[in-house]
Amino acid sequence: MSHVTQAPLGRPPVALAPTQPVALRINGALHSLNIAPWTTLLDALREYLDLTGTKKGCDHGQCGACTVLVDGKRINSCLSLAVMHEDSDITTIEGLGTAEQLSPLQQAFIDHDAFQCGYCTPGQICSAQGLINEGRAKTEDEVRELMSGNLCRCGAYSNILTAVMEVLDNQQAGLPAGEWSAGAARPHDAPAEAPKQ
Amino acid sequence: MNSFTFTQAPAVAAAVQDNLAHEDAAYIGGGTNLLDLMKENVARPTHLIGLKKTGLAAIESLPDGGLRLGALATNADTAWHPDVEKRYPLLSQAVLAGASPQLRNMATDGGNLMQRTRCYYFYDLATPCNKREPGSGCSAIGGYNRIHAILGTSESCIATHPSDMCVALAALAATVRVSGPHGERTIAFGDFHRLPGDAPERDNTLEPGELITGLDLPAKGFEKNYSYLKLRDRTSYAFALVSVAAALELDGDTIKDARLALGGVAHKPWRDPAAEALLIGQPATADTFRRAAAQVLEGAQGYGHNTFKIELARRAIVRALKQATEMTQRTDDNAFLNSNP
Repeated sequence: MSHVTQAPLGRPPVALAPTQPVALRINGALHSLNIAPWTTLLDALREYLDLTGTKKGCDHGQCGACTVLVDGKRINSCLSLAVMHEDSDITTIEGLGTAEQLSPLQQAFIDHDAFQCGYCTPGQICSAQGLINEGRAKTEDEVRELMSGNLCRCGAYSNILTAVMEVLDNQQAGLPAGEWSAGAARPHDAPAEAPKQ
Repeated sequence: MNSFTFTQAPAVAAAVQDNLAHEDAAYIGGGTNLLDLMKENVARPTHLIGLKKTGLAAIESLPDGGLRLGALATNADTAWHPDVEKRYPLLSQAVLAGASPQLRNMATDGGNLMQRTRCYYFYDLATPCNKREPGSGCSAIGGYNRIHAILGTSESCIATHPSDMCVALAALAATVRVSGPHGERTIAFGDFHRLPGDAPERDNTLEPGELITGLDLPAKGFEKNYSYLKLRDRTSYAFALVSVAAALELDGDTIKDARLALGGVAHKPWRDPAAEALLIGQPATADTFRRAAAQVLEGAQGYGHNTFKIELARRAIVRALKQATEMTQRTDDNAFLNSNP
């Protein structure tokens, strides 16, 4: 249990708002909160737990910026109440990798420049992780279809597709995670020079 | 969102009791439509009843050869379920044609039946809408109505039901299982959703407090010849302008049995038994399909911006029946669905 709070971080408590207790397991750690029942999972993450990697875009389930994994499955955290997830195992972008050890998808997004402004990126990566967990998409067209719940206003779709395909291909080729790198499983796609940091 | 209280119901009976004990209570499955409507202030329940612990998420075979979908089974778990993919591929295809992967992971099968129209006036509190505020008028009639209904409309409402899944369920003649204050009952799928008439605020025939507990599919799944054709403004993650669920049982070139239902054209999934009767016993040819299409669209009425749907639906029916016969391209240009028969 990390901490208990009744108001969004850095804000005064909301007067008279009835709260109820909820315990959320996020990235392996249990957090006990007392929150109003209308708090979405997205707001609980961002406003109460300071996990601001998950982004609020449209707040209506249309853009996918708020995508997180619940029991390994991707959902829109803006269209779900925190109190509905008492027994769930939630993974956010903060739980997929560390600064020292990026997840294969995080590394692939960097290697392939799969973003411009970066606002949709945490949702894109969580959604792509969900897609990989599902094991349904194999081809580029299938990845495009099953990533259709994530919008990118910058239009970085072609590089996002390349990044996701690379991780899928590396996985299918059975490469151990330590040997995953840009173009390892697809020599024809390898960058001409080492990716810039 | 307005303030509300929330309880997680431990069982179906407790959920129904909890509903009756509160004024303006609502059941919440995945919440993907209800919470959106609450954020827009279109829905303002004062109490929400969670259903996660009611044990309604199973998908299981029935003794009569059918399949029962628990009301809390998610759309994704349903579409990818081995029995649904194998025995009811039409249903699988329709579910995958709707929403996004994230939404399908949250949205439940019972909730899919309960989702409300996407009529933009219904969502816009600044405009009159008989469905949202009975007696206030319909802004779509005489307004912008490109996405609206052409069949079964009334002077009160020309909204459409937005579901893809329900179009397949109508074609497959599913049964809705319901639990309520007076016990359990079943509702034939065609009787579940209503036409607007003079009470468009009522989408369905559920009584107060009643909860959908499951959907029963009959044994016959039309798994050999089927097509869900969805036509929309973009090929993914958009509601249907017109969709067609076509299912055939063929004996050589002759149609032994047929099902035909449309989405995006009416206040409810639009199954037409008269059109099905015109198909049965006939050769599976374009002429036969055109006669059935003419029957479906016989009483169709356009409202200006949506008048194109009449011809679009006519052609979509012919194409869907042709695809079902030949088992060629399944849906629109959705490559994922086309490559996974």
